[in-house]
Amino acid sequence: MSETAQKEPQNPLVEGLERLPIHPTTLVIFGGTGDLAKRKLLPALYNLAHEGALPERFTLIGVSRSDMPHDDYRQMAKESIMQFSRRPPDEKVLDRLLENVRYVPGTFDEDSIYEKVKETAEEFDQGAEIVFNRVFYLSTAPAFFPVIVGKLGEHGLNRHDESEVRVVIEKPIGRNLAEAMALTRANLGVLREEQVFRIDHYLGKETVQNMMALRFANGLFEPIWNRNYIDYVQITAAEDLGVGTRAGYYETSGAVRDLVQNHMLQLLALLCMEPPVTFSADDVRDEKVKVLHAIHAPEVDRVKEIAVRAQYASGMAEGKDVPGYLDEPGVPPDSTTETFGGIRLEVDNWRWAGVPIYLRTGKRLARKITEIAVTLKPVPHLAFDQQGSVGVQPNQLIMTMQPNEGVSITLGAKIPGSRMRIRPVNMEFLYGTAFLSQSPEAYERLITDAMRGDATLFTRVDEVIAQWRIIDPILQAWSEEPGPLPKYPAGSSGPEEANGILMPGHHWRTI
Amino acid sequence: MAHDLDTDPTWLGGVWAEQNTTPAKIAEALSELLKARHADGEACAPARVLNLVVIVDREWRGEIINRLERVGRYHPSRLILCAVEPGRTELDAWATLRVEGDPRPGEMALYHEEVVVDIGEQHLGMMDTIVDPLVVSDLVTVVWSPHGHPEAVDSLLRLAQVVLIDSLMEPDPAAAVARARELEERAYIVDLAWLRSTPWRERVAATFDPRSLRPELGKINSVTVRHRPDSVITGLLFFGWLASRLGWEPGHIMSQHDALVGHAHGRRQDVKLRLEPDPTMNAPGLAGVTIETASGTEISLNRGPGGLTARRRNRKGNETTWTVLGASRGEGGILGEGIRQALLRDPTYAPALRAARAMLP
Repeated sequence: MSETAQKEPQNPLVEGLERLPIHPTTLVIFGGTGDLAKRKLLPALYNLAHEGALPERFTLIGVSRSDMPHDDYRQMAKESIMQFSRRPPDEKVLDRLLENVRYVPGTFDEDSIYEKVKETAEEFDQGAEIVFNRVFYLSTAPAFFPVIVGKLGEHGLNRHDESEVRVVIEKPIGRNLAEAMALTRANLGVLREEQVFRIDHYLGKETVQNMMALRFANGLFEPIWNRNYIDYVQITAAEDLGVGTRAGYYETSGAVRDLVQNHMLQLLALLCMEPPVTFSADDVRDEKVKVLHAIHAPEVDRVKEIAVRAQYASGMAEGKDVPGYLDEPGVPPDSTTETFGGIRLEVDNWRWAGVPIYLRTGKRLARKITEIAVTLKPVPHLAFDQQGSVGVQPNQLIMTMQPNEGVSITLGAKIPGSRMRIRPVNMEFLYGTAFLSQSPEAYERLITDAMRGDATLFTRVDEVIAQWRIIDPILQAWSEEPGPLPKYPAGSSGPEEANGILMPGHHWRTI
Repeated sequence: MAHDLDTDPTWLGGVWAEQNTTPAKIAEALSELLKARHADGEACAPARVLNLVVIVDREWRGEIINRLERVGRYHPSRLILCAVEPGRTELDAWATLRVEGDPRPGEMALYHEEVVVDIGEQHLGMMDTIVDPLVVSDLVTVVWSPHGHPEAVDSLLRLAQVVLIDSLMEPDPAAAVARARELEERAYIVDLAWLRSTPWRERVAATFDPRSLRPELGKINSVTVRHRPDSVITGLLFFGWLASRLGWEPGHIMSQHDALVGHAHGRRQDVKLRLEPDPTMNAPGLAGVTIETASGTEISLNRGPGGLTARRRNRKGNETTWTVLGASRGEGGILGEGIRQALLRDPTYAPALRAARAMLP
């Protein structure tokens, strides 16, 4: 039942409140003992409780395979929160939060767990004399998504006459276009699209949302935000760490599936989209989808011209020797999983046609940084003598998501002295210097949005499909090529081969 | 000129200090401290959010500095604390830069500037001439004067966009409301007494937010607020908020034994209002709220472990209780929230204040 479908009595008391009420909610975490639940979801729920930001009435049901009583699950949740919360927990708040936690053991294909979840949720309703909304959070391996969604449907948990039912799904949505479409069909056979909240936690980051503020709350940038002024764009998501103990997952994913198909294409879409009419969920996502549709999917036999992959070799990181990817524990010696991916795309629309957009991501690079660099075209005429200086460089606008969140602009400035010599200088805005508040964890924002039913920061089905349509031919071409892959030394800026996809005159920024 | 922090006696430990100084010298010292930081090659940047000007009695200076240290991450980017000492004719000052947190390698350090100026009573009426050279231009300037000194606040209104007050500090609620109203016409007001009611307002709003309970808002016929004995004003502002949001016309309140009682005229019925002191309550602010409706529903919220203990009794007499989760912010948290609120705009305070004024004889 849609909350907006009926004419509602108003609540004038919410006017002016910073935290708007959220309807009482029962959150069910499938995979309640998993790594994501322990490290992110349970600590996020505690922090929301600490700040008084959970619904006035909130109950939690953990579902997982391990057989344990409620109290053991509460103890596990308590320990996870104490270990991973961004603030030291207040024991009284934590204890009260855990009082409303239940646990349902079982495998996700067992009918009994769904009946038990239903029964427990109804007990919460009866105890409170109010019908809670239901949010099912699928924090499981992707293979279980269709199983769980199907069972929710079979047991009538996919809708409720008196409350809202929502399902939160973690990435990856499939490993390729065909799987994504199959999964989508399975979901939408049971749920309406408005009920599905596909998490891309990048979108929950304040600095990513700030991109929209930068573009649409400032008259300074919009006039130059087009092919007439912008030469090229680079989006970088570099990690300094290796694959560590995650080889099992990484071997099924690789750099492009892990970061490009979802997070980096979302950044691209936010960077390139037209101003939405409003910041409602569908208006924003409509504009993002238009951008993704304007990117031509590469032809498989031309992938080499626009995409490059590589693996890190042994090298030095943080002052010590580190192994190459193929020597990491759990990685097969003949693995062709890429740890670096670089792709050149173009958005073929009126605003962006002809502007290359370079995406690159990798592990074991020189440092951890996520940034978008927009390089403007050079000035049309130079009256200055460039001798004795590095000369006039094109302006760059750099939006850094991590580690030093902020925006900087490179400008040409006169070097002090008797001659008119120019060098680039930086004008910087650091996010942390201008706001008192510490940014909440992305999951805190996204969990409350899902409970509230605000899908603005979640990925809509047509976005997912459009993202896969771009990436699928690249992965297909790579799957048809034998190894070994090009190598780059651990701790470097990436493989030499990455230069091969750059257009003449363009260069990668130093990582 | 970059000062050598190790050898210059006025810069020991990165702190600049000078007796019989001037605002211009203090401003120059801040600039030199910044240059010295950069000369040391430290990757650091100054916070640039707001200026906070605090006027305190000198004997309580340490206590106020301690309170400001407990505001957590809500430190003002430049703090100018003016300590008033009776009989003083000259200005003594010290200034320092304080680095926030423990930046990791590759991260920028963020620092805050702190200036303490000892002033005399004779300076209070011309505070703007002392403070003006010290504030960072183009940043919001907030004035807080926890020990009174209204003349200092009035002289600073030329510079300040926001005045932080705590109506609780004024023993007479009528005087507190009158002063808040007077200031509210000249600057944006952040009232700590109002912020102490925020969790209560949020939770009462949430309690009535489920679709089935919203119609009950129009049937409210009694509200009782329990408060620490010195926190009448927070209760009054809470009543003012209900009245202004729900369209009640407030009548006067009057003493009845230990309590204050009164009525407001609702659209459908009169609403009984009652303010009850709770001497067992330690922290300033509210201890509990009970709301009854004409249909027989009673909802109460009381301070409890881990949040507010909520109880609802329906028209059949059935009761349910639960905890609305939330950690106590403490007085440090309230002050920090006050500083944060200086950057926001709450459209509901002024109407609540006007309604509270109407309840006072």
